[in-house]
Order: sequence, then structure tokens, then C-alpha cells
Amino acid sequence: MLKQIWRGRSGYLFILPKFALFIVFVFIPILWSFLVSFQEYRVFDTVWVGLDNFRDAFSDDIFWMAVQNTLRYAVVVMPSTVIIALILASLINPLRRSAQTFFRAAFYLPTVASTVVLSMVWRWIFQTRFGLANYFLASLGLEPINWLHSSEWAMRSVITMAVLTPPGMGVILYLAAMSSIPDSLYEAATIDGANRLVQWWRITLPLLKPTTLYLMIVSTIGSFQVFDQVMLMTQGGPGYATTTIVHRIYQTAFRDFQFGYAGAMSMLLFFAIIVLALIQSRLVTSDVEYKG
Amino acid sequence: MKRIRASRLGLLLMYAVLTIWAVISLIPLYWVFTTAFQQPNEVQIMPPKFIPTVVSRYLPLRLTGQKEAAQALVDGALESFRLLFQRTDMVRWFMNSALIAVSATAGVLFLDSMAAFSFAKKQFPGREFIFWLMISTMMIPGQVLLVPMFMVVRNLGIVNTPWAILLPQLSMVFGVFLLRQFMSTIPSELIEAARIDGAGEFGIYWRVMLPLAKPGLATLGILTFSASWNSFLWPLIAVQKSEWFTLPVGLKTLQDQNLVNYGLLMSGAAVAAVPMIIVFLSFQKYFIRGLTLGGVKG
Repeated sequence: MLKQIWRGRSGYLFILPKFALFIVFVFIPILWSFLVSFQEYRVFDTVWVGLDNFRDAFSDDIFWMAVQNTLRYAVVVMPSTVIIALILASLINPLRRSAQTFFRAAFYLPTVASTVVLSMVWRWIFQTRFGLANYFLASLGLEPINWLHSSEWAMRSVITMAVLTPPGMGVILYLAAMSSIPDSLYEAATIDGANRLVQWWRITLPLLKPTTLYLMIVSTIGSFQVFDQVMLMTQGGPGYATTTIVHRIYQTAFRDFQFGYAGAMSMLLFFAIIVLALIQSRLVTSDVEYKG
Repeated sequence: MKRIRASRLGLLLMYAVLTIWAVISLIPLYWVFTTAFQQPNEVQIMPPKFIPTVVSRYLPLRLTGQKEAAQALVDGALESFRLLFQRTDMVRWFMNSALIAVSATAGVLFLDSMAAFSFAKKQFPGREFIFWLMISTMMIPGQVLLVPMFMVVRNLGIVNTPWAILLPQLSMVFGVFLLRQFMSTIPSELIEAARIDGAGEFGIYWRVMLPLAKPGLATLGILTFSASWNSFLWPLIAVQKSEWFTLPVGLKTLQDQNLVNYGLLMSGAAVAAVPMIIVFLSFQKYFIRGLTLGGVKG
């Protein structure tokens, strides 16, 4: 054994720098995240409080509001991301090469700019008196909306931004998956007299299932972590109307310095994400029938 | 290649839908630049100007010989940028972001390719276990580790230094996974041949593996750079001094201090967006490959 280890020494040396960083900045934080959530950090000492932090979370109205807001966001944004990506990719796929490249770039470009940049411009678009959104409503003869400053509309505004930002990654992944579906399947279906819509429904859609699942999981994880938009557009307000889970964690930890409580909320968020990802993969894979 | 042949009318309809959708998608980015170059007194007006005056009026004024009026328009259009560069730390933030993103990219490429080489081509006890240990953490979203990560950084005494932003970015394991996949496909005979020719282990890595892994490195490099350039939440926590703000954090501060100066805010947003737009347009195929490589494991 020792001999083998000695013989493999260059192997260890090559992974050593990465492994050291991994231990310090990934592995230790993971272990620590368990500890933190059972502790309370005070000015001079740290005490074990058992499950108190979790109990606090469940009886904290603001945390529940944050959970509700996050769910409202995820329930709309996750499906719309996947469906819009699917529609756009299905429309792009039959086009010429050059048109494909153009639209793929057009739909990915907004994603390239950071959410910070996009949130800043959406805040300006949603401005009540001079913003583009209300100008657009006015030109349709509709009443202006107090987008970001009313508790009724603030969360809807954040959701609107997410829905109108094209799912660039989804479009690219769907297009890649579509191009790997063999032509022979469509040819056979054409001979059998299936029209294009039927072909899309019976051939394309089922074969895209792995991509759909991947996108669902990725965008669920993303939706549950929504933060940048809220931080830049509404600061979680008005009141707590747009406070999301990660925004609540951020405020609890880095404004109120309640690390233990923030850690407990992080844990809950983490488990929620894992459970949702597992449920989704069950739901989508259980009824898949691959007939070659 | 046309797999589903559409009728002429169907095709027209598809183009129409896609074009309208693309316009809606691109309006926010267009609005960043339009607002940034608007005359200061024309930012907050109704109806809004969809084409900045400097664009629509400059040439007519020049051609009719009204040189001063034309110059005044240019000055007005650049007013926001002048304010931005003179009154704020924008240049500093830009340099910080560039420094961190470039170091993160170079560091990740170097460290991950070494580790990937070892995992793909070397034999040593514990190899599978260590690899599994690292990869199993890949699905854990970074946001849930904010608090313990902050404690680690604080204990190391690097809060408020660029290291606090850079080191966690260097620790991401995705690249090891991606490059190992890539390097596994490189035939081991090449390594044997190099060894017989007297190459050392590092020489094999540097002169045989790295050149062959170039496409994988390009993809990982692009992904790392854009993730680093755009990251917001962690840099917001890790650094509280304007001196070491990155661009996104700087923009947040700029917005807090100039809530209604949309011309200034949009000029800042434009400065942050332009480098990524250039990088994307020049390396599009690597972006696309990076996304699809990330996706195959799903």
C-alpha cells in the first residue's frame, strides 16, 4: 500500500493545489454549515442552541413571507423558462443555419449581461412616470401601474422581468438535443402520414425529455435562489412584499449578524431544493417510454 | 439542414414570432445604451426618445454646417460617462473586476487541468474516492453556503481583500469534472511515447496534455470568466470597502447613491455589459459548447 502511494506520488502532487482549495473553501464550509445552524453567535462566545434556530424559522412570519414570495416566483418562472425555451427552440430548429445562429445569439445575449445590469435597467423600465412599461401601457390606452412601489405589483414586476428575459441556456440546450434526433425517425413518420405537429408531439417532445428534466431542475434551483433582482429592484420591499429566501438569509446574516439563524434557513433552503429536484426527476422519468 | 419542412406561410409565421420575441428580449439591453447616450434633459421625458438625439441629429447638423450645435450634442451624450468616470470609482471597480476575472480564469485553467490530468491518467490509491468526494459537492448551490463561507474567509483574515473573492472562485470543482471527461478521451499511448522520449511528469502535462485539451480549456475559460465577471452576491458580502468593489457591487453602490439619475446608472450598466457582450460575440461557439457539455450529465 505504502509502496503504491509512493509510486503514485506525482498523481497526488498534481491534485494537491486544487484539493487544498477545495477542502478550505468547499468542504469545510459544508461541514460548518451543519454546525452553524445549531449554534447562536453572540458578541463574545458561541453557544449550542439545539434546534432553536429551526424553531425560530418556522415561527417567523417574515421567513414565511419570504418562502411564499419565493414559491410565487418559482411557480411562474420555472415552467415559463422551460416552455418558452421549448417553443423558441422548436421555431428556430427548422430554419436555415444562418438564421439559427442569429436567433440563438439574440436570445442568449441578454443572459450574458449580468442580472445586476438587467435588474438596473428593469428598475428604470418599471419607473412609474417615465418608465417604458407604463409608456407601453399608456399607448395601449391602459392605466399606469405602480410597479415597484406597491405591495400588490412589486413581486409581479420581479416575475415579469424573469419571464421576459429569454431563457438563452434552455434554447441552446434544446437546439443541441433536437439536432441529435436522427432524421430517419421523421422520415418514417412522414411515410406513415403523420403531420408536423403530430411528429413534434410524438417524436421530438418525448426525445427531449432528458433536456426538459435538466432544465426543470436547473431553473428550480435558480428560482429558489433568486436574489440579485430583488436586491437591486426593490430591496425586498415595499414592506416584505418581495423578500425572498436568499434575501432574508442575506439580511439576517449580514445586516443583523444572526449567523446561526441564517445558517438554519440556508439548511432548510438546501433541503427544499434537494427534495424538489428528486420529486421532479421521479415525475419526469417515471412515465418515459423509449421505443427505439 | 431542414428536418421538418415548413410551408412558405408557416416559415413566414415562424420568422415573425421569433423576430418579435427577439426584439422584446433585446429591448432592455437597447434601453441601457439608449439611456446612457441620451441628452441629460431628455432622459426623463414622456414620450421617451427611442433614438438618442445625438444619433438622429448629429449628421444633419454637421452637413448643414452647424458645427457647434453638433459638438454640443456629443458633449451632452457623453455627459453621463464623464460624470461616471470623474465622480465615481468606476475605473477602479472595472480594474478590480478585470483583475479578479482574469486571475480566476488563469488559476482555474491551471489548477483544474493539473487535477484533471491526474484523475484521468494517473494511478494512485484513493483516486476514485477523492474524485467522487469533490464531484459530489457540485450540485450544492453556493447561496446556501454563504454564512460558513464568510466565517472561513473571516478566520483567514482576508475579508475586504480581493483574495476573499478570488479564492472561492478558484475552488469550484466543475472544471475538474469537465476537463477530466475531456482528457479521458486522449489516448494514453501519447503519454507513454512522451515518457519514453524522456519527458518528466510535468513536461507530459504541459507539452502533451494541455495542447490536446485546448478546446476543453477554451470552454472552461469562457465559463469561468463570465461567471466571475458577473458574480454579485458573494463579492457583496466579502468586500465592504469601495477600494476592492467589483463592478456589480460598485453598480449597486452607484444606484444607492444616485437613485434617480438614470442616465448615470445606465452608463455604468453599459460599461459593465460591454466587455461581456464582446467576449460572447467573439467566443460564441465556446459558450454554446460549455452549456451543452454542462448539460449532458443531466
